[in-house]
Amino acid sequence: MDNEKIDKIIDKHHCEASSLIQVLLEIQSENHWLPKEALERVSERLEVPLTRIQHIATFYKAFSLVPKGRHEIHICMGTACHVRGATRILDTVQDLTGIKPGETDSNLKFSLQTVNCLGCCALGPVMEVDGKHHGKIAPANVADVLKKYD
Amino acid sequence: MSGIILEIDGRKFEASEGMTILQAAQKLGIAIPTLCHHEKLEPYGACRICTVEAEIRGWTKLVAACLYPVEPNLIVRTRSEKIDRIRKTILELLLAHAPDSTQLKELAKEYGADRDRFEKEASFCIHCGLCVRYCAEIKKKNAVGFVDRGTRREISFIPEIASKECWNCKECFPLCPTSALQAAYVLTEALASSLHSFVHEG
Repeated sequence: MDNEKIDKIIDKHHCEASSLIQVLLEIQSENHWLPKEALERVSERLEVPLTRIQHIATFYKAFSLVPKGRHEIHICMGTACHVRGATRILDTVQDLTGIKPGETDSNLKFSLQTVNCLGCCALGPVMEVDGKHHGKIAPANVADVLKKYD
Repeated sequence: MSGIILEIDGRKFEASEGMTILQAAQKLGIAIPTLCHHEKLEPYGACRICTVEAEIRGWTKLVAACLYPVEPNLIVRTRSEKIDRIRKTILELLLAHAPDSTQLKELAKEYGADRDRFEKEASFCIHCGLCVRYCAEIKKKNAVGFVDRGTRREISFIPEIASKECWNCKECFPLCPTSALQAAYVLTEALASSLHSFVHEG
């Protein structure tokens, strides 16, 4: 992510230190993670010490300081999804993408994460890709869903 | 000047507006133990070892003396069975992190805290925030800060700033009640120098 894009986001928030979290969230959603250079730029422009930014960026789970893939896969491991075979869905996704929960593949396509409940237990087992829910999914259908993303 | 009359351990004291219980007690010569307090820094209230009983309008509550502002007719008790018990538990929890800190050991002796009560998790840092706050408030360099949260929270130097500022300062070193800070610094230094040689050789 280049400084120009970061500056644009910062200017949108009128360079105000109080908008720090908003700025970080926007960089995160555009770039999928927060590179060190980006944090340094934000620190410089908003005049917020880097220690403070680091504190905030490591505090919230919404931020990532390591590269994340273009598409985020969340697999629900909640009780309802678990009894309906969430582990088998997870195994299938791991086989297809070659990554374990918490990891990102080498060409930055997918990041995989398990979550504890997505709040729609009636749809279990649930797989969420980029915020879109795929309910009552069968291991055989996982490949079809993942094929749509590149 | 209109003073605020309060009572600490049965002794009347006229405090001025904005004073904390801790400051009033210090004026009276009553010792309240502290770990995260530093007179040059803003009160922080992290260690809770300064917990005292504050009675106002017949209600007693437990407050951190370093943060609680004095108010009229306040009755403070700095030692009681309950408070000693609380301080003992706090010390035992802190000792699980830094079992060999002299400051903690002295307090442990006074309050009868058992350093082996909880399983050791020797992070050596008790999160008093003295180094972080000193660097931010007094030196205004922000070379060291907290990262992560909850049980994983720890202090972390920013190598780029530390390599420029820390060598000639190190004023935060004696503040640390457990020496965790020096360990973090040495670690950062070692990582930075190995990275440095890596860049130059690689």
